[in-house]
Amino acid sequence: MKISMQEARDRIPQRDIILETTVRLMVPFIQLYGLYVIVHGHYSPGGGFQGGVVLGASVILLALAFGLPASKEYLTEGTDIIMANVGALIFTGIAALCALLGGMFLDYSVLTKILPIDPISWRSHGIFLVEVGVGMGVMTIMVSIYWDMASAGRLDEGL
Amino acid sequence: MKPLALLATLITGALLLYGTADFAAWGDPASPPNRNISVRYVEEAVKETHVPNIVTAVLGDYRGYDTMFELVVIYSAGMAVMGILRRREDQ
Amino acid sequence: MIWQLDLVLLILVVFCAVAAITVKDLLSATIIFSAYSFLMCLLWAEMGAVDVAFTEATVGAGVSTIFFIAAIFRTTRRSKD
Repeated sequence: MKISMQEARDRIPQRDIILETTVRLMVPFIQLYGLYVIVHGHYSPGGGFQGGVVLGASVILLALAFGLPASKEYLTEGTDIIMANVGALIFTGIAALCALLGGMFLDYSVLTKILPIDPISWRSHGIFLVEVGVGMGVMTIMVSIYWDMASAGRLDEGL
Repeated sequence: MKPLALLATLITGALLLYGTADFAAWGDPASPPNRNISVRYVEEAVKETHVPNIVTAVLGDYRGYDTMFELVVIYSAGMAVMGILRRREDQ
Repeated sequence: MIWQLDLVLLILVVFCAVAAITVKDLLSATIIFSAYSFLMCLLWAEMGAVDVAFTEATVGAGVSTIFFIAAIFRTTRRSKD
């Protein structure tokens, strides 16, 4: 049976115990997997972008199951915008810091002037720091785009 | 389906299929993309960055600009959607 | 690279691509597009590009489907042509 979009919009405030219990059990594991993908990007497929999308998808799943206001309690609107900006700033800031310390833009080995360890190790750690920034930015931007599109910008009720 | 659109699609598809005839074989070590810089990446990436996953090393270090502007593109998209769609209650 | 698996996947990809642009219902088109993305993900993984396959699975089959559904939910489900 096909229902029109108007009917679907009228049916929003329905709650389903099976859906909510499943999502409540799944979300921690999805978030743990997202963090694993970001942190373990040096050794296995993955990295900041994919892990950030997985983390964002866990918040979107919360919004789909419990309604958009519940997901806004989980990750508030202000935190979302701040984390998006901080994520973008981490990447560009580290890149600019490398240039300010006398190296090339995005050449992480110059960071030995801050913390004196092996320059080659710094290239590995620099990649990790940058991936964390990418993960934060992508996660929050995905959640924010979903909020805006699902509620037509009012952030009151979701899909 | 409109006949003109079908014709255009078929001609474009035929041209693209004709173009694939010049592709190198899959995984061919002698093909042009595998002969120039990727040899150096495969041989030196682990020594130079201590990252066993060469894809991460290339994306995060050698091609850092690409990843940075990828994040900038995502960020701009999010800010554009926020600017166009988001409304306050008092407006 | 197993050519039988390749052949099956490529046929399914072409089938999904044609179905996604011919079907009238936009919600069905979105779900078929999601299946298309997942088949592309299998194809990338089968060619050994695991990072690309991971991105395709998360972004193509996961998040973009939700964005499409959210956009359809706020606009209309029927396609004009």
